[in-house]
Amino acid sequence: MNAAYAIVALPLLGFVINLVLGRRLGEPVAGWVGTVAAGGSFIASLVVWVTMLGKPAGERVTDLNIFTWFPVAGLHANAGLQMDPLSITMALFVTGVSTAIHMYSIGYMHRDPGFDRFFVYLNLFLFSMVVLVLADNFLFSFLGWEGVGFCSYGLVGFWFQREVAAVAAKKAFVTNRVGDVGFLLAMFLMFAHFSSLNYSAVLGTVVKGHATGLLTATPGAIDGTTATAITLLLFLGAIGKSAQIPLYIWLPDAMEGPTPISALIHAATMVTAGVYLMARVAPMLHYAHATSWVVACTGAGTAFLAATIACAQDDIKKALAYSTVSQLGYMFLAIGAGDYVNGIFHMLTHAFFKALLFLAAGAVIHAMANRQDMKQMGGLAKYLPLTALTFAVGWLAISGVPPLAGFWSKDAILASAWGMNKVLWAIALVTAGLTAYYMSRQFALVFTGQARWTEARPVPVGGSGGVHGSDDENAGGKDHAAGEEGSGPGLPAVAHEEAEPRDPTWTMAVPLVVLAIAAVLGGGINFPAWHFNFLSHFLSPIFPAATSAAVSTGTKWALSLVTTAVALTGLGLGLTTWRTATHPKLEPNFLRKAWYFDDIVAATVSGPLRAMANALAFVMDTKVVDGAVNGVATSLGLSGRVLRKLQNGYIRSYALGIGIGLVVVLVYLTFRTGS
Amino acid sequence: MTVPGPWYLVLAAVLFSVGATGLLVRRNILVMYMCIELMLNSVNLTFVTFARMLNDLGGQDSVFFVLVVAAAEVVVGLGIIVAIYRRRSGATADDISSLKG
Repeated sequence: MNAAYAIVALPLLGFVINLVLGRRLGEPVAGWVGTVAAGGSFIASLVVWVTMLGKPAGERVTDLNIFTWFPVAGLHANAGLQMDPLSITMALFVTGVSTAIHMYSIGYMHRDPGFDRFFVYLNLFLFSMVVLVLADNFLFSFLGWEGVGFCSYGLVGFWFQREVAAVAAKKAFVTNRVGDVGFLLAMFLMFAHFSSLNYSAVLGTVVKGHATGLLTATPGAIDGTTATAITLLLFLGAIGKSAQIPLYIWLPDAMEGPTPISALIHAATMVTAGVYLMARVAPMLHYAHATSWVVACTGAGTAFLAATIACAQDDIKKALAYSTVSQLGYMFLAIGAGDYVNGIFHMLTHAFFKALLFLAAGAVIHAMANRQDMKQMGGLAKYLPLTALTFAVGWLAISGVPPLAGFWSKDAILASAWGMNKVLWAIALVTAGLTAYYMSRQFALVFTGQARWTEARPVPVGGSGGVHGSDDENAGGKDHAAGEEGSGPGLPAVAHEEAEPRDPTWTMAVPLVVLAIAAVLGGGINFPAWHFNFLSHFLSPIFPAATSAAVSTGTKWALSLVTTAVALTGLGLGLTTWRTATHPKLEPNFLRKAWYFDDIVAATVSGPLRAMANALAFVMDTKVVDGAVNGVATSLGLSGRVLRKLQNGYIRSYALGIGIGLVVVLVYLTFRTGS
Repeated sequence: MTVPGPWYLVLAAVLFSVGATGLLVRRNILVMYMCIELMLNSVNLTFVTFARMLNDLGGQDSVFFVLVVAAAEVVVGLGIIVAIYRRRSGATADDISSLKG
């Protein structure tokens, strides 16, 4: 059982080692320290998982108290871990994907001056993330929640010398704070009702698909309204962390961070924390139908909206970012439809294929000397065979082509949506088509057709001779944004025969292959035939039974065929259309500008806030506050200037003063005694 | 024939006024110093007069205290004056106003 501690302790240890010794260890040792810590954490998760599998399904929940964090009045906050099927599933994929990406980063961050700092953040992130998923109470979870938020801030702004990155980091942080208010309020409300923040106390014990102790047990009895309020507030937190409407705006901007970060934090793990949170409170969500509807509609809406935006993005990472937002919407749709297992299932498969896509995109960006504009790529399959192959796996997986991972999870979610509401299903179906379309567009633009990068290829600084995939990070790492424009920062755009794009080094290639295999086979963990359904059987004891109407097997088959047909149509359309790069009609401006959502937010929220801040800073502060302070000083100075005249240094005037004072005192005494 | 007490008091008052006026109007430090002595001694005269008029020796006691203090003051004051004159010759009291605000 002590392996459970190791899951949390190893990343923390790696973080401390890199924090203290990182600079001395240097490259690549600091990276390997981080990777080994993450790998050890993954192995520990495997051990815990296997131990858990050895127990009967009803006894798989164990609570480990590490220490009492702080006991205050009625609140006993523990730093404790809860091992149950849900948390260990999360821990497994978080540590697993994390290990792959740690290893990839060793190659990707090669020669970056902040190499050790990168791995400090990365290990701290992993530690926070496992705390978030393994904690046995909301408060400890919130610690991890904030920890990953901080690491996200630090890593999005990793190249903080560039203003875009610094601004994006700030935006991510601030937007997440909005959601965190919801999380905090939800915790206050929980404490008011349960006098505890432990999962077991708040959520009751769920046995065999039935929540007990929630509505009946005396201390923890709550009504539906409170359950709705708590879950809605938690959902606000989830919206912020998992980038749903209206708080998704930070995620596309977060692509300013290094690509491994986009893969790990902003695709595979951190952004799924909101989904995890909603799945965690499933026993309560079960009684809050209003919240379920809100969750499902938000999810479906976000999935569709983000998918449309993804169809018109030029930046290879931005397109993937919108795709992530869209896929997160699917997960929330599943959660809202009461199909918690498939929400988690899609989270898993998405983690595999989206991390894969991002890493492959990173390899492309690397090979293209930090260019990110897909319109200036093309024909890369010939030069980057491995990258193209792995990207293709991710592309087919996310598009929902059977039998790759994405097909199984998306199919299951669509079936659940059908059971809940036909309109939601229709939206999800259209989104599935759009997903296949925009991913094919991306694949076609990057890897097929004409090579459009030969004319305007920037020559990296100091890139004498062959531009090896990882050699130019140092020179161009700060210039991803500039790369978006298609040319390096003020560098001559010269064709460079020797500088052919190449596949990355082995530290980057191995994770690509591993994740590609996971993206192919990942769907197998919940293979829906012969009563296998491993994930469903594993997770179902901790979730309440699905609320939505059961969908019959025949309907499922039919839905499956429809979904696949739509996906293949989208696939074909995307591939054939985007062999050439210019189709302005297919990229209307409102999609390129993401439905002007940022501008709307800027006008309605940021604008007035900024005006208010300006008023406070330049009127209230300078005039009123400073005026008061300066006024006191000025009046004192004035009175001093007047009074110093008395101090003229002439003895006679002092003597006169003494004499007059004496006379005054005597007169006073005389008259007082006289009266 | 004896001079009546009030006459002494009037003399003391006149002496005091002369001393006070001198202190205020003269610039020479030594003269100012003499004016202070004049004022002190006019007060002494008042003490003695009252001691005599009221048959109370306490007044004469006070005179001794005043004399002692005045002697001490002379020592200190003359020391200061000598020190000042060493630095600058012929300075008046108004020239020594470097402590003005």
